[in-house]
Amino acid sequence: MSVLSSCNDLDRPGEVAHVGNGELPVVVIRPQQGWPLPDLREVWEYHQLLYFLIWRDVKVRYKQTVIGIAWAILQPVMTTIVFTVFLGRLAAAPSTGVAYPLFVFTGMLPWGFFAAAVGSAGQSVVGNERLIAKVFFPRIIIPLAAVGAALFDLMVASTVLLAMMAYYGVVPTLGIVFVPLIVAILLVLAVGVGSLLAALNVAYRDFRYVVPFFLQLWMFATPAIYTQTSSLTGGVLGAILPLNPAQGLIRNFRSAVLGGPIDVYSLAVSSAVAVTAAFVGMFYYKRTERRFSDII
Amino acid sequence: MQPSIRVENLSKRYRLGTRGGYRTLRESVSEAVAAPFRRLAGRASAEPIERESREWIWAIKDVSFEASPGDVVGVIGRNGSGKSTLLKILSRVTEPTEGSVRLCGRVGSLLEVGTGFHQELTGRENIFLSGTIVGMSRKEIARKLDEIVEFSEIGAFLDTPVKRYSSGMYVRLAFAVSAHLETEILIVDEVLAVGDVAFQKKCLAHLQRASQSGRIILLVSHNMSSLQALCNRAVLLAGGRVHAAGEFRDVMATYYRSLLVPAQGASDSTFDAPRAEGMSPIFRSATIVDDQGRTTNFVPLCGIFRLQMTLDLPALDGSGIINVGIDDLLGQRMITIRSPLESPELLENAGKVELECRVDELPLAPGDYWIKVSVRDRTGWLDAVEQAVYFTVGDGEVFDEGRRFLSGRLVVRSRWEQLSRSVEGVI
Repeated sequence: MSVLSSCNDLDRPGEVAHVGNGELPVVVIRPQQGWPLPDLREVWEYHQLLYFLIWRDVKVRYKQTVIGIAWAILQPVMTTIVFTVFLGRLAAAPSTGVAYPLFVFTGMLPWGFFAAAVGSAGQSVVGNERLIAKVFFPRIIIPLAAVGAALFDLMVASTVLLAMMAYYGVVPTLGIVFVPLIVAILLVLAVGVGSLLAALNVAYRDFRYVVPFFLQLWMFATPAIYTQTSSLTGGVLGAILPLNPAQGLIRNFRSAVLGGPIDVYSLAVSSAVAVTAAFVGMFYYKRTERRFSDII
Repeated sequence: MQPSIRVENLSKRYRLGTRGGYRTLRESVSEAVAAPFRRLAGRASAEPIERESREWIWAIKDVSFEASPGDVVGVIGRNGSGKSTLLKILSRVTEPTEGSVRLCGRVGSLLEVGTGFHQELTGRENIFLSGTIVGMSRKEIARKLDEIVEFSEIGAFLDTPVKRYSSGMYVRLAFAVSAHLETEILIVDEVLAVGDVAFQKKCLAHLQRASQSGRIILLVSHNMSSLQALCNRAVLLAGGRVHAAGEFRDVMATYYRSLLVPAQGASDSTFDAPRAEGMSPIFRSATIVDDQGRTTNFVPLCGIFRLQMTLDLPALDGSGIINVGIDDLLGQRMITIRSPLESPELLENAGKVELECRVDELPLAPGDYWIKVSVRDRTGWLDAVEQAVYFTVGDGEVFDEGRRFLSGRLVVRSRWEQLSRSVEGVI
């Protein structure tokens, strides 16, 4: 929506002026055409705002609750217990020889992060209506902050994973080094899908109802609480499944934590899909963000 | 390098209907399906172009002005004249449809008191959050924390969630944060009207100090007196276009004149206009006359004021009362003059009645005023005419005593005498 340039150097759009030696930054506001690129430099200039919005989301979420931050732990733990009882005991879902609770938890932990991140990012722009209508800042910060707050919860809940691994005597193998990478790609995917949904939600409030439903379907399409047998992971189906980016990421997250083999093919395909989704989402967001304050 | 603002041919168009609302997916889909058919139909007639122009509205159109260091620019105009849209574009909250703005210097905008405040967070937490949102760095806020807390007068409540604050404390804290934003360009929308009178004074003084340090301040407010205290320049918007721009005093005079135009032109029909629910047209005319009985719109300072009214009086229930209210141009009531209760014969007979209300020395300061007339009996109000007469009180000597009018809103007679005298050199 605007072009930054330095005071004495007006006709070079795209140039960012640096404040210092008495030079004032110059902003030229004019209508924007076409598909603008997300301006990462501008986002970096506002990194303190990103930090404070994440901090606010985390802080506010657990204000006036009795157990506070423990909710971040309790949620994946409760889901794990439910699935362990109903699927592990009653339905006897086959797992991979790992203790079923640990198996479920290693799926629910990354999925829970992803679902929470996408869900809250999808609502974030509409939820921060007043900020959007009253102050300028790079708009992408809003869904980024929502994903950041979910990442914080993931880190808190990870302590439970460590405790469970210790309890079941699982010794991490070298594969554990993949964990940060997989989480990072999951984060990129969440930002992409979340910002796309957030932008759509501004124009079409229908997405408020679509998102939870869509996440539930996605969860069942992803091996978060079940495993895919070798008949599924081989052949044509095995080649197609990682096109669901959550499939390759969550499957390999589990392997990386529990010391199973990393499936390079599914990890690579899912990562590529995730990065593509991030680009699509962020471009759509950038394209529509200038209309946010008019139509929100 | 000095801060500056240059606005050139700035225009912003809104689509009627989408403004303030939002579309559902179904509407978009049906619109997309209907569009090709519309285009086909459009070839046959000019109808879509007309339709187009009806669906869009220019909130501001071809707005241009400049501001240089130290300028405090008041953006004035009636509701819906485009003031807020202009500030929103300058704050980069919304994008212009045409034209450009060049801002030299960091821009801080306060379009709202307490932007980003969260009810659940404490005062201290909100200072940091809101400060960051309006564009301060964490270091800057930490440095100014004491100053902000002192300015806001919240003292011991710093670590209490703001949802437990009184509304006064809340707005004081909110304003305090915004006021400490030290950018070269400051954009302020109607945030002066917060807190009690003492706090408002403090805010005004704060902004005044800010402008003296060479910054540019752009203000929107409906409070003309605070604008007058702050601004040296003004931009008057009317219907989204710049109606006047320049020295604040000149623009304000233009603004006041523009307020009168529709009412003055309609002055004859004022009394024929349909009345509100439960009222009937009783007042037929009202005019001010001078001491010779000639119709006028001018009253000399401290001069005689004669208002003559014609009424079509119905039979009244009990004795009637007439109120003559005098308002200044900002709608503030200066005085209400009521007909005496102990003279029922004034409105005794039904039918056409002519009355005069006379004030020998009108105690109003020089300026422009509106008169509102109303009549009632025991059953309630029977008729009321707003902006019935417009008149000007001239500038001049106070009671012909050789003293000119200085300031304030009223003139009174005064007597001065010496009560005692001290010996020279001793107090």
